[in-house]
Amino acid sequence: MNIQVKKFYYGDIPEENTGGTNPENNYAQENSWPLWEVFIRSKQGLDHKHAGSLHAADAAMAIENARDVYTRRQEGVSLWVVESKYIHASNPDDAEMFYEPAADKVYRHPTFYDLPDEVKHM
Amino acid sequence: MKTNQPINQSTGSPITLLTNQLINQTLHLADTALILGQRNGEWCAHGPILEQDIAITNITLDLIGQARNFYQYAATLINASENKNETEDSLAYLRNEREFKNLLICELPNGDWAQTVLRQFLFSAYQELVLEKLKNSSNEQLAAIAAKSLKETQYHVKWSSEWVIRLGDGTTESRDRMIKAIDTLWMYTGEFFIPANYELTEVHLLKETWFQKVRSIFEEATLAVPENTFMQSGGKSGIHSEHLGFILAEMQILQRTYPGAEW
Repeated sequence: MNIQVKKFYYGDIPEENTGGTNPENNYAQENSWPLWEVFIRSKQGLDHKHAGSLHAADAAMAIENARDVYTRRQEGVSLWVVESKYIHASNPDDAEMFYEPAADKVYRHPTFYDLPDEVKHM
Repeated sequence: MKTNQPINQSTGSPITLLTNQLINQTLHLADTALILGQRNGEWCAHGPILEQDIAITNITLDLIGQARNFYQYAATLINASENKNETEDSLAYLRNEREFKNLLICELPNGDWAQTVLRQFLFSAYQELVLEKLKNSSNEQLAAIAAKSLKETQYHVKWSSEWVIRLGDGTTESRDRMIKAIDTLWMYTGEFFIPANYELTEVHLLKETWFQKVRSIFEEATLAVPENTFMQSGGKSGIHSEHLGFILAEMQILQRTYPGAEW
């Protein structure tokens, strides 16, 4: 038997009027907004870095949501968003053959050169 | 010689009409921002989705920040001219309904999301014009607060107008809700442009620009602009709807029950 318990607290908004928590209508709706990945440039000259993800109906809303969710404390001067479905990731199962062979190839690090003192910012 | 002119207790100089006007103007701006902030704050943790919950409460914080700046300035003006000891808190928490000069639209209940975002749009599009005028005001303090607030308000206009378009030109239900919201709120927009006797900005001159902005967004949202509607007014001069008393009761109860309480 499926009994749905309804909670009402004084001053609270009944669940059917709020978003997100009622599986019957709102949960499905929330899921229909695609997921976006957010990249933030913290200051001029630096790279955009992945900051997290969020839901939004379109790119314009995703940028604004990113502004509201991720730059409230002056974290950024520029934002990129991309729909998560367009991100292609390496397969964790491939980790051994992808990454471990690099472990014993120390000669690929530029640590075997003597840098002249005149060279700065290295 | 005896006159009816009120006298500044500390300096002995007469309080000019201009000072009173400036105080009322500043309080009007402060009250309007505070009451809308208080209303929008009711969405906190009840937004339709996490990201929009944060968006509306960010706007709330912007508005309350603006209110604080205006109250602080109003308190300085009052204390200088009337030998009182007002603070931003006493102005927000210890005045009664009739002393509040906020626009009526700010005190209306939030309704659904459509009504909330539509109100934000109608108000922010107006506030943007007022702040632009104030930014060039000869009063340096008001000009500085306006310049700071304007950047926030420009974002409020962008955010809320996109929601009006999204819902107006969205599904049958979102469109119906937006039309209902217009029916509810439109009559409270006339007051924007009726100048109060203290207003430094010639608000009646802003009407055409505001109307063009609203019309262009409504057109994009495929919504009709109401015509020949009865318009409510009174908020600017302290004549309010029944809703303001409830807001003040909730907002002020702590300071009135435990005067000077801090946390």
